[in-house]
Amino acid sequence: MTTPTPTQTLDLAARFPGCVTPDERPGYSGWIVPANKLIEFAAALRDEFGYDLLSSVTGVDYFPEDRMEVVYHAYKTTGGAGLVFRTQTPRTSAEVPSLVSLYPGVELQERETWDLLGIKFNDHPDLRRILMWEGFSGHPLRKDWHEAYFEEEGKPFKNRWPVGKIIQAEDVNPFNDNIAYPPGFDAKKWIPEGDAALYGALAKYETSDETGLNTDHIVVNMGPQHPSTHGVFRVAVILDGENIVSLKPVMGYLHRNHEKIGERNTYLQNMPYTDRLDYLSSMSNNFGYALAVEKLINIAVPERADYIRIMMAELTRISNHCMALGALFNDLGTFFTPLIYLLEERELILDIFETVSGSRMMCNYFRFGGVARDLPEGTLEKIRGLAFERLPRKIDEVDRFLSENEIVRARCIGQGILTAEDAIKYSATGPLLRASGVPYDIRRADPYGIYDRFEFDVVVRQNGDIYDRYMLRLEEMRQSVRIIQQAVKGIPEGPIQTGKPQYQVRVPAGEVYGRIEGPKGELGFYILSTGKPNPWRYHVRAPSFINLTAFGPMCIGQKIADIVAILGSIDIVLGETDR
Amino acid sequence: MYGTGILKGLGVTLKHFVDTYIEDLRWLGRKRYGSPEGIAHRASKGSRGIFTVQYPEEKVPLPEEFRFIPFLVYDEGQEGEKILRCTSCGICAKVCPPQCIWIVRTTDPSTGRPIPDPAEYYIDADICMNCGLCAEYCPFDAIKMDHNYELASYKRMVFDKETLAKPAAYYESIRPINATAENAARAAKVAARAGKME
Repeated sequence: MTTPTPTQTLDLAARFPGCVTPDERPGYSGWIVPANKLIEFAAALRDEFGYDLLSSVTGVDYFPEDRMEVVYHAYKTTGGAGLVFRTQTPRTSAEVPSLVSLYPGVELQERETWDLLGIKFNDHPDLRRILMWEGFSGHPLRKDWHEAYFEEEGKPFKNRWPVGKIIQAEDVNPFNDNIAYPPGFDAKKWIPEGDAALYGALAKYETSDETGLNTDHIVVNMGPQHPSTHGVFRVAVILDGENIVSLKPVMGYLHRNHEKIGERNTYLQNMPYTDRLDYLSSMSNNFGYALAVEKLINIAVPERADYIRIMMAELTRISNHCMALGALFNDLGTFFTPLIYLLEERELILDIFETVSGSRMMCNYFRFGGVARDLPEGTLEKIRGLAFERLPRKIDEVDRFLSENEIVRARCIGQGILTAEDAIKYSATGPLLRASGVPYDIRRADPYGIYDRFEFDVVVRQNGDIYDRYMLRLEEMRQSVRIIQQAVKGIPEGPIQTGKPQYQVRVPAGEVYGRIEGPKGELGFYILSTGKPNPWRYHVRAPSFINLTAFGPMCIGQKIADIVAILGSIDIVLGETDR
Repeated sequence: MYGTGILKGLGVTLKHFVDTYIEDLRWLGRKRYGSPEGIAHRASKGSRGIFTVQYPEEKVPLPEEFRFIPFLVYDEGQEGEKILRCTSCGICAKVCPPQCIWIVRTTDPSTGRPIPDPAEYYIDADICMNCGLCAEYCPFDAIKMDHNYELASYKRMVFDKETLAKPAAYYESIRPINATAENAARAAKVAARAGKME
């Protein structure tokens, strides 16, 4: 397979004379589209130029200027580089048209942008807060919004050194005093109207069926405390008998505003925070973040570090899929046996992470221009043992264990179907997209690192049901093993870091979007630098968050018992969903 | 035939079950449980049968790079006094992602100029995220990550200079490879400086 050739520069200014202009600010790229032309532009992009996957939507606040921007990243599912376009709106009355009608995959992302930045998306079908709650005052990612324990705009804080008398944040700002409500809001008398809005957004009630019998739909809330939601996650469903009429995910219970924290951090300080996004695959998160910042500071990675990175990323993929499949089987009712078998393999992989990085899950291993330290002695042998002897055998064993199990097949085949068109429409990425028959893998479509040197197949399945997602993950583990085998054979000796390790990297002004094929899908980091030690804007395109956009449509018409299986097959991690 | 898939799967479980006994029989005469080689074998690529390690009776050996709350390394002077390697340069406090390190620099009362020795040094261990960046970027090998992870406590854990200080010998015992390399590098630097002086 060859790398797709980069798309030639489009002359969008000629297609839209006088309104669409190339972004010529230093460090920026892409096109500036006026808000009133946005829909027309996006439609042309999708239908004429083939950018069918609108991968990421986010906003930037240019406080103190009266300007906000909504930044879109669009890609082609046939591969190649992406296209950035943005639209500007005044900060005081931030409004842009919603693209939900063209790209339904932006639904949750636009809600997030509204919630965190206060940019209103006109004609959005369900523009409510998504990560914060209704009694929350303001939009936290706006630059003039300060958190309860606010100290300074950027780290390092000045009172830590050289005169660092310890003060504890909770003493300075005691609990109860650290919260602000919107004007006119009384927390004690508050009745959660948001729920009414949520249920209102669900579906219409019908009062009689064709026989004239009076019927009623019922609302069922699964979660937030539910064993099958893989964390604190809530699903509001409207049921007709046992059939799902409408479904909405409700999230934000684990929200900590990772992006605001990231904007306070220096570039390096943010690395350990990325571990905590998708805490099952911290090495991948590190990889994506390091790639994005490296693109911005334009620094190359030594050969050996590149190999180590690939090995770690693929080991992460295997360990993540172990967890995903184990959890999926738990949801299907196998009650822990396959999960524990798979956890054994994951455990062995985590042992490797521990020897390499010092921590099993919060690896914090990647640095800009390399990795933190070389592989300790014997680690390569361990990886070789796993990749050549143990993992292939164990993956086959799981295959033998459950792939032909009649109950698994009955519960999975034909359930939770997502067609290829829908998957692209809903901006699904990763295993979810590939199981629907779209061979889109960023490792091939837009190679990063040294993936173009390795031989592996992009696994695709055609039916887009739960069973295909399971089989696809199994096969992806095999392909990851293949990559690791090649990497173990090919790894050269040499340095693992370009230049001297620096704790304060100089990042030139500009914007960048770095993305990798994470175990759960496209993991993207959008970073906007002003040349200061802290990023001005830091956004994470979280695959498990965006893959949830397709969750509702996938469930409609299914039985309520299938919700857990379908959710399990999407493979979400709440640390990343809620950020 | 319907049900063959289930039977095939059950065969896998049965194999795991039987393996447990075969593995125990293989270890007949040797200690599989509660011994370092038993634990090492359970964590190896050939592990089968019982996989779990019975904490706290058994403990998984920690790799050298394992990191937990940092500590300050001190060398012992001629009269046994503790000389912290820390010069209170503040790099650890600046690089710390959750900003949990607080340092008071000593100043010479007569000249008002800073002395390379911390007057106070605090780590708020409840906020520390064990990322290890302080140890990684310390130019004096003065702050290192610990191996002691059994720190559960009812109290708020703010460690001061005395609690954090641990002897260089302890550091060498938990991280022999790193410590040897760093000692050699430091000795080379001292030798180079001495050479320049001459």
